[in-house]
Amino acid sequence: MEDKVLMKGNEAIGEAAIRAGCKCFFGYPITPQTEVAAYMAKMMPKLGRVFLQAESEIAAINMVYGAAGSGVRVMTSSSSPGISLKQEGISYIAGAELPCVIVNIVRGGPGLGGIQPAQSDYFQATKGGGHGDYRLIVLAPSSIQEIIDLTSRAFDLADIYRNPVMIMGDGMLGQMMEPVQFKEVKGREVPEKPWATCGLYGRERHNVITSLFLAPEECERHNLKLNNKYKEIEKNETKFELYNCDDECDFIIVAYGTMARICKNLINMADKEGIRIGLIRPITLWPFPKAAFEQVIGLTRYGFLCVEMSMGQMVEDVLQVVNGRCPVEFYGRCGGMVPSPDEILVKIKQILNQREGVI
Amino acid sequence: MAVIFDRPKALLDVPTHYCPGCTHGIIHRLIAEVIDELGILDRTIGVAPVGCSVLAYNYFACDMQEAAHGRAPAVATGIKRAIPESIVFTYQGDGDLAAIGTAEMVHAATRGERITTIFVNNCIYGMTGGQMAPTTLPGQVTETSPYGRDVLTQGYPIRVSEMLSTLDGPAYIERVAVSSVPNIIKAKKAIKKAFIYQMEGRGYTLIEVLSTCPTNWGLSPDEAMTWLEKNMIPYYSLGVKKDIALEVK
Repeated sequence: MEDKVLMKGNEAIGEAAIRAGCKCFFGYPITPQTEVAAYMAKMMPKLGRVFLQAESEIAAINMVYGAAGSGVRVMTSSSSPGISLKQEGISYIAGAELPCVIVNIVRGGPGLGGIQPAQSDYFQATKGGGHGDYRLIVLAPSSIQEIIDLTSRAFDLADIYRNPVMIMGDGMLGQMMEPVQFKEVKGREVPEKPWATCGLYGRERHNVITSLFLAPEECERHNLKLNNKYKEIEKNETKFELYNCDDECDFIIVAYGTMARICKNLINMADKEGIRIGLIRPITLWPFPKAAFEQVIGLTRYGFLCVEMSMGQMVEDVLQVVNGRCPVEFYGRCGGMVPSPDEILVKIKQILNQREGVI
Repeated sequence: MAVIFDRPKALLDVPTHYCPGCTHGIIHRLIAEVIDELGILDRTIGVAPVGCSVLAYNYFACDMQEAAHGRAPAVATGIKRAIPESIVFTYQGDGDLAAIGTAEMVHAATRGERITTIFVNNCIYGMTGGQMAPTTLPGQVTETSPYGRDVLTQGYPIRVSEMLSTLDGPAYIERVAVSSVPNIIKAKKAIKKAFIYQMEGRGYTLIEVLSTCPTNWGLSPDEAMTWLEKNMIPYYSLGVKKDIALEVK
């Protein structure tokens, strides 16, 4: 067991990736994730591994495609506008079933937006982003320690399912420092890569990495195969945390990442005022943790409150899961504004007032 | 009986989808012969483009990747960096390389990536049915330059080999044509030299191959060869554009 060290979120991603056996990193500078690239630029050459600053995010993601297709562990990182540029490549990677890790340290949008933390890329990450029927596995850490744990998990999931995995943080997680510990993690068992294009060396048939299926029957078959894989992932890899949900409560908040941390503070504050609030914290944004709702829906008096650093994106998934069984409220700030515990509590009191006419 | 001419091992025994008279077949064969002669089939990885040669991955016997439109040099960079002992080539047309993939092409070249690009220039978008390419000649009629390419509104063709030769990263750049037997022999020599330079780790290598598109030019295969020699070679001069072995130290 190693000692605790103080680390910035972005650097922790880099270190965790190195420990997970990431052999190549291809990046491009963009605030607020540039420290990931800077850390990799410093460390990777010392280890005889590859750091390359690409000419664009488009080139970087296509370098990821090439390296992943050749069978090595590979990562790229960026922030919102850069992730938009990578979408073409991500669609090809999903289509060709290549394992890789993509980090999005989200900032406010749309367009050039701002450089402060946001969660407004939820739709892009979980509902597609690029063209075609595909899914990314999306992991949302809420502390630097969890960034470390999930980065290692991301590489394993990518290899197991031959699927791109996105780690979705925000500018706050990327920039802040926390004491962390690099534990000896026993990785999952991952399959060999007999499909990789790493040279014939006596292999009878050549390997081909492609996402092109010209015959419609073939293209449909490929899509069905992908879809079966996504169902497997939904069944096996959904992850969430329940906080303060072991008993009846007035409300259950749904929040992830930085927002979930802030909501935990708020829950403790509210407790002192006699308002009991639970929390569902999705750790996998896709697959969305529907099971969490089934577990706690009977415990909440007034339903769910979805809190996001956006104008309401995850709330659509919450509405779908709840499916009219109880009310779903939303509170969000956007563009780099981060809701404070106080203002969320005010919102909660307002809702309780409407429902009970008390407090 | 002695076999004096056979299919190269690096080319699979499958029918291709190319139009009758298209020169992709010749260029594929030249690359395959070079791979055989250099004995590098085991460690060669090719990258196919988007365009007429999109299915090239079905024809070469080495491991192959299919890149997004224009991104082959970035994909090839990823492969080469991941497996430095591999021999990596991209096979790209003029739309793929000189329009949508310009940034990837220039930066792979200036980084001196140890890869080889076979750049097939036939002055037109073939796969989509004959639209204006970045290399379409002034005055040339295509589906999207129906009155002939007007340089005042549609700009000038790019001389890719000359442009890249101004960079320090490339080790060897030559323009060849497959319009006659002597030219085809020269083309093969150039392709072989490019692969050898890559094996020696000298830097980026690109061979621009002037080729024909009888279907979209609306000419017979024979007329197309003549058109190439009369119109393309005067604009795109043949020969070595850069060779670090010839540069004064």
